[in-house]
Amino acid sequence: MSPRPPNRHRLAHWIPVLVVIGLTLLPWITDKFYVQFVAKMMIMGIFAMSLDLLLGHAGLVSFGHAAFYGIGAYALALMTPAYQAANFWLSLAAAIGLSGLAALIIGFFVVRTHGIYFIMVTLAFAQMLFFVFHDTRIAGGTDGIFIDIRPDASLSGWVPFDLENFVHVYFVALACFALVYVLLRVLLRSPFGHVISGIRVNEPRMRSLGYRTFGYKLVCFSIGGAIAGIAGYLSALQFGVVNPEFLGWHLSAAVMMMVILGGMGTVAGPILGASVWMVLELGLQDLPTVAGVDLGKHWQLWMGSFIVLASLWLPNGLLGLLSTWRAAFGARTSQTGGQVLRPDGSTVPADYPGASTGASIASVTPLASVEARQAGNE
Amino acid sequence: MLRFNQVFRYLTLTACLRSLLALTLTFLVSAPTLAQQAKIKVGMMLPYTGTFAPLGVAIENGFRLGLEEQGGRLGGREVEIVKVDDESDPAKATDNINRLVTRDKVDVVLGTVHSGVAAAMVRVTRESGTLQIIPNAGLAPVSGPLCAPNIFRSSFSNWQSGYAMGVEMAARNKVKKVITIAWQYAAGEESVKGFKDGYTKGGGQIAKELWLPFPTVDFQALLTEIAAAKPDATYAFFAGAGAAKFLKDYDQAGLRKTIPLIGPGFLTDGILEATGGAAEGVETTLHYGDGIETPKNKAFRLAYAKTFKLQPDTYAVAGYDSAYLLGAGMKAVAGDISKRKELIAAMEHASIDSPRGKWTMSRAHNPIQDHYLRKVIGMENRVTSVAVRQLDDDPAMIAACKMGR
Amino acid sequence: MDFPTFLIQLLNSVQYALLLFLIASGLTLVFGIMGIINVAHGSFYMIGAYLAWSLTALTGHFWTALLIGTVLSVLLGFALEWLVIRYLYGRDLLYQVLLTYGLILVFEEVRSLLWGDDVRGVDIPGALASSLRLTDNLSYPVYRLAISVLCLALAAAMYWLIQKTRVGMMIRAGSANRQMVQSLGINVALLYRCVFALGVALAALAGMIAAPVSSVFPGMGNHVLIVCFVVVVIGGMGSIKGALIASLLIGLVDTFGKVLHLEIAGIHLLPELSSMSIYLLMAVILLWRPEGLFGAPGR
Repeated sequence: MSPRPPNRHRLAHWIPVLVVIGLTLLPWITDKFYVQFVAKMMIMGIFAMSLDLLLGHAGLVSFGHAAFYGIGAYALALMTPAYQAANFWLSLAAAIGLSGLAALIIGFFVVRTHGIYFIMVTLAFAQMLFFVFHDTRIAGGTDGIFIDIRPDASLSGWVPFDLENFVHVYFVALACFALVYVLLRVLLRSPFGHVISGIRVNEPRMRSLGYRTFGYKLVCFSIGGAIAGIAGYLSALQFGVVNPEFLGWHLSAAVMMMVILGGMGTVAGPILGASVWMVLELGLQDLPTVAGVDLGKHWQLWMGSFIVLASLWLPNGLLGLLSTWRAAFGARTSQTGGQVLRPDGSTVPADYPGASTGASIASVTPLASVEARQAGNE
Repeated sequence: MLRFNQVFRYLTLTACLRSLLALTLTFLVSAPTLAQQAKIKVGMMLPYTGTFAPLGVAIENGFRLGLEEQGGRLGGREVEIVKVDDESDPAKATDNINRLVTRDKVDVVLGTVHSGVAAAMVRVTRESGTLQIIPNAGLAPVSGPLCAPNIFRSSFSNWQSGYAMGVEMAARNKVKKVITIAWQYAAGEESVKGFKDGYTKGGGQIAKELWLPFPTVDFQALLTEIAAAKPDATYAFFAGAGAAKFLKDYDQAGLRKTIPLIGPGFLTDGILEATGGAAEGVETTLHYGDGIETPKNKAFRLAYAKTFKLQPDTYAVAGYDSAYLLGAGMKAVAGDISKRKELIAAMEHASIDSPRGKWTMSRAHNPIQDHYLRKVIGMENRVTSVAVRQLDDDPAMIAACKMGR
Repeated sequence: MDFPTFLIQLLNSVQYALLLFLIASGLTLVFGIMGIINVAHGSFYMIGAYLAWSLTALTGHFWTALLIGTVLSVLLGFALEWLVIRYLYGRDLLYQVLLTYGLILVFEEVRSLLWGDDVRGVDIPGALASSLRLTDNLSYPVYRLAISVLCLALAAAMYWLIQKTRVGMMIRAGSANRQMVQSLGINVALLYRCVFALGVALAALAGMIAAPVSSVFPGMGNHVLIVCFVVVVIGGMGSIKGALIASLLIGLVDTFGKVLHLEIAGIHLLPELSSMSIYLLMAVILLWRPEGLFGAPGR
């Protein structure tokens, strides 16, 4: 919700550009595995950004976001004829359209509900879709479906890129990643962005101001779904495999964790969260055997503990941690101290451990955060 | 003071970037840089967590025993093992196989148990050309339309054991109509197809096919249906925890004594302890069982029990045979894995003297092997006879494999 | 389907529903009173089943194992509340979902370290190991009926506890107005700790008594968990009565969804899509009553 003060650190403006330059050079620096790994990171980054639009900006805690990711992936798989290539542009448009449409239909039912019911109903709809793909043979059932030939990107004879080449896939993912990032930035700064932030903080107030909040939330939910569809599409494109787990609640939980880990309500946070999450997943499995105990074998124990600790001590994610540190240095002398991050809507009583990060931020706008919670619990 | 803030921001950001870079570099360095190494690298992609974890461990143990018996070397080269936990999660399968194939650059992949994960693995190894041995997953297309020179299976196809049971039942005069009950997913469907092929060819009749979504275990409602339909036998395909629960429910519904229960070996393998006698008398067919009185099997069981303090099972046998299959190939090229053609030809023509009996590789790279009829007696799947000798795979699948034509 | 088969299927659904109720009641209790959404609830069901297995093997008696297991799970509940859950009070639902999701992974791995990954079985206690003959070839295990009776007894006990006792009064007051109870000088921290322990014990107890008919296996809580959420949401978060009614509804829909055949316009809907049916039920009910059947509005 915080529009950036105009004169804030020029360097921060350059970070996205530097990141994009770095990412562009990557295929010349490293080998296939890491190129594909970073492509997957960006895909998960897109996915996390799309959830953050709902979670952090509109205050819609969706626990079934993987449904739209899955629909995007299945759209490509079902549009690919056996042993032939689908058209890239057509199938991408279809994936975005279908997942957006699914989000529109599901959203029509779910955005009326609040709080815990919203969480549960989004989960229920995602599970329904999961079982449609899991229990019927329309797309390979439990075992999933495979894309033998990757889509053909030719535009009336001209072939801009070849998707059988992993480097080209990487650049397609990079392009989508950058586009989604810019799109979300623009969207959040637009009047629409301000309205949905307003809804998050206090929906009744927005309603009394004359905004038809249902419509705004619905549109926001659909946009989030459509962007998740892009991520799902790219994932299917990259590895040529789609299965029902793409819509599963474990993925929904994982992407939620990515958003929280990076920092909700920021555009960069989810990207950071997705990257750290994936590096952790990769790194924890490679842990060595220490004193006869194979640490890597029980990597899920470390992952689980990490999630528990992170949700206790990092309520505002890694970016929040950075800003808290920064605030600790400069808050007394500078007015920018707490303004970097918006409050996450949680109120952590100061006597609980873990409140150290939450408290400083909650103290910036205590009223707004309490209101947000009440709105969410209606 | 504002300036200080800017400097501070710059510092934290660079620190962040630097640590990210360092992290990336660690990964880069850990990836092998030498193309040709002294050691042959075997990547094991097996389930080490979740329901299938014991199977993954058994396969690894079997492979290690087979390797040790060959002096710890394959074709004169030492072996380095790299492991990946596939969690039996198809959603992560491609990421996981890529870690072995593109990052660790293994020479051979051994894996896996779960059919969906194996299907995703095969897509990658077909593209990369990495040698792969499948020590369990019996999905049909791998030795059918998806067959490839570099992909071998050392276990079975789901169709095989179902077919063997179908042939056996058709030969019994008392069994005229059978109900099948299975999880609705590829393995279940292939197994039921095998049974149907063997049984209806011999004149039997399938009264009804009942299906459950994989991997649900609420059988009570369908058992009531079976009791009402009164078939001569029930053919069931379940595995692991689901099978254990099914056997108990079937027994407690009083059906075990009135409607004989039959199925592929997976119905009773590895779970007899958990069923506590509820499976007594259940007949199954598989390529391995208890009480195969060959010197080879006895020696294997003794060595396995001694090394791992565990009783071996069919999964351990598949792991063990995988080591010999690979050994046969590596020996023919004296450890030079670049001679792919010779290596693959040697593995194709290998005759494996296995604890399960001698078996050979089919044209589509699936074992041609004896299938035993087994009966649950106490805590054993005791072999009572040979149901079908040297059984090949589903003719439809063999025809669909275009390799070697 | 003939009439006797129909009746037996009805029995099947009620039996399934009662077990579901026992698990879901703990979930709804914890949410209703403490405002905590516990995604790890299914893990307690699994832990209960593994406790039943290991303690039966240790003591040789199923009922002794049940007793010790219940005590242990209450202790686990206390410990867990003290270690992590209490930091979640008043926090956003989001963090509750995430933290307890992390706990699922932790419990799964700890289970793997303690008890391994094998499928285990627990014998039905001797006195109940017989079966009742229902039709000429179908019997019904006495133990399954005993489970239903036990579940009903526990439901009655819970009703008594909540409606007739002083503790129940505090619980009811606590779920209606937290601040009020606190200001009346009731030790809310202790009350919460007890309620959470009760919730854990209910799920673990369900796992223990289900262990002989189900098997004991890794990840067994996951499927149960999602179904329990559906029960709790349909019944209304926090309502024990709602949970009972919703369990019965789901038992019926699930059982008959599996055995009935439904085909519309040549597309098989049942039993192919039977897994979907309970989620459809949930969606329909929520459209009709957004707080669930017996949920208090304004939560």
